[in-house]
Amino acid sequence: MNYAVSMTSREEIEVHRFSWPVSIGIPLLAIFIQVFVSKWLTFIKIFDLPLLVTIFFAVARRRPIPGLVTGALIGTVQDVFSSPVIGLNGIAKTMIGYLASSLGVRIDVENPGSRFIMTFVFCILHRIIYMIIDLGLVGGNEPWLWGHTVLSAIVNALLAVALFAVLDRFKLR
Amino acid sequence: MENFFSRYKNPLVLMAVLFIQVIALATQVKRPESGRASGPGGTRLIRVWTVTAIAPLERALVVTGHFFRDTWHDYVDLHDVRRQNRELQDELARMRLEQVRRQGDADQVRRLRALLDFKERYVGQTVAAQVIGTSGSDLMRTVQIDKGSSSGVTPNMAVITPDGIVGKVKDVYKFNSTVLLINDRESGAGVILQNSRLHGILRGSPQGFLQVSDIMSDEKVDVGEPIITSGGDKVYPKGLPVGTVVHVASDSEGGPFLAVRIKPAAHLDRLEEVLVVTKIAEEGPVAADDGAPRRAADILSQRLPSVQKPVDPAANKTAGNAAANTAASTSRGAASANPSPSPAGATKKVATDNSAATVALPTVTPANATKLKPKPKATPSPSPDETTPPKADEKPPAAEKPPR
Repeated sequence: MNYAVSMTSREEIEVHRFSWPVSIGIPLLAIFIQVFVSKWLTFIKIFDLPLLVTIFFAVARRRPIPGLVTGALIGTVQDVFSSPVIGLNGIAKTMIGYLASSLGVRIDVENPGSRFIMTFVFCILHRIIYMIIDLGLVGGNEPWLWGHTVLSAIVNALLAVALFAVLDRFKLR
Repeated sequence: MENFFSRYKNPLVLMAVLFIQVIALATQVKRPESGRASGPGGTRLIRVWTVTAIAPLERALVVTGHFFRDTWHDYVDLHDVRRQNRELQDELARMRLEQVRRQGDADQVRRLRALLDFKERYVGQTVAAQVIGTSGSDLMRTVQIDKGSSSGVTPNMAVITPDGIVGKVKDVYKFNSTVLLINDRESGAGVILQNSRLHGILRGSPQGFLQVSDIMSDEKVDVGEPIITSGGDKVYPKGLPVGTVVHVASDSEGGPFLAVRIKPAAHLDRLEEVLVVTKIAEEGPVAADDGAPRRAADILSQRLPSVQKPVDPAANKTAGNAAANTAASTSRGAASANPSPSPAGATKKVATDNSAATVALPTVTPANATKLKPKPKATPSPSPDETTPPKADEKPPAAEKPPR
C-alpha cells in the first residue's frame, strides 16, 4: 500500500539517475569551489554549493535513503575542510537530503518557482539545524544573523534556479 | 517486525545515520579541561586522509594557475613595459643627477660646519668667504674671494681655513678681493717650528713650494715637524697651523741657513671656503694653546728681534718683507740685551731646562751696526710688503705691551 501523496500534476513521478562520474564529480566540484576557490573569490562564501547539490540530487532521485546518504557524504567532506568539528554540516545536510528527497516525491520540483521556494526554505532550515547542533551539541557561540541568513537563502535560491537547470542536463532517463 | 522495518525503513536509516554522526561528533567534543578539541582517532584520520587526497589536486591547480598567470604577466601582458622602462630609466638618470647634487651639498655642509666650528673656537672676528676664482697663472698665485670692502675686508688681512693659513688679502674691491697665497713668491710670514721653537720666515717660491728660511744650518729640524704662525708679522694670528716639514737640506748657495721645505696644511689648490680674519684677537686660537708653560726665552724670542738673512735688497723686498722685518726687529732687540760677538747674521739657541729656546744673539758688525739699534714693535696697519727699514731714533721694544 502506497501512502505517498503526490502533489505533482504529472501522473507518473519521474525518478532520475545519474552516472557515477556525475554523482561523484559534481559534489566534489561543488565542495572544491566552496572551499578553495572562495579563498580568492570571497563572494562565493555567501553561497552553499554543497547544499544546493545535495538538494538537487535528493530531489531528482526522489529516494530518501540515497538522498540522506548523499547529504551525509557531502556534508562530512565539507566539514573536513571548512569546519572545526566534523559532523555539523554532515548532520544538517543528511536531514536536508532526507527532507528534499521526501518532498520531491510529493510535489513538482521541476519548475523554477517551486525550486526557488524549496531552496529558500531548505537554506533557512539548514541554517537552523546547523545552529541547533552547534549550540546544543558542540557548545559553539556563533551568533544568529537573521539578515544574513535570509539574504543568503535568497541568493542561494536564485543560484539554484540556474544551477538546477544546468544540472538537469546530466540526468539519465 | 519485518513489516515495521520495511515500513519505516527510511526514517530508521535516517536515524541510524544521524546517530552515527552524532556519536562521531560527540567523540570530537571534549571537555574544556581536556585541552584538545580533537584527539587521535578515526575522525582525525578521516580529516588527514581527505586533506591528503585533496591537497595535491589543490596544489596542482594552484601551480597551474600561477603558471598561466605568470606566463600572461611576464610574456603576454607587456604592452606598457617599454614605456615604463623608458620612464624608469629617465627617472634613474634624474635620481643620479639629484644624488650628485645632494652629495655636493653634503660635502659643502661638512666643509662649512668645520669652518663654523673653527670660527667658533677662534677668538677673533672673521668673515666667511667663498673662493670664486684664481689667477690662472703660475706666475702669480692668487685667488679671488667673494667678500670685499663692503664686508669689512681690508688689505693685509689674513685668510685662513680650519686646516691652516692660506694667505693674505692683497687687493680689495667693493664686493670681492684678491688673496695672495702663501706659496706665492711674494708672500711671507713669521713662523715657528712647533717642537724646536725655532723661528723662521715662511716664503713662497716661483715653483709654488713653501720654504722656511733663516734657520741656521747647525740647528736640528726634523721632517714632519709641524710649523705654526708666530704672530710676529701682525698679519696672521699666532699659533695657526702652517704646514709640516717635508724636506731639510743645506742651503744650495752655501749659505749658513737651512733650506726647509714644508707642505702647507691648507689645501691651497682646492680652496672653496675661507675665513678672512678681520680682527686679530689678543688670545691666540685654541689650537696654539698646548697648555705648556711658556718661558721667558720663548716670549723674548718672539718679542726681540732676530737676525735678518743677508739677502739682496730686491729679493728681500719681494719675499715677505713683513715677516722678515718683524724677525729683524726682534733680532735687533736681542742685540742690545746680549751683544756678544758672533758670525754675522747668526742666531744661537740658548738651552734652558729641558728644551731649547731661540734667542737672537746678533753680531755687531759694520754691516749691521746701524740696524742693531732698538726698533719699536711693528704696528699692525702697515703692509708687510711695504714695511720700511727701522729708523735709528725709534724706541726700543721695552715699550711694547708686556708679554703674557
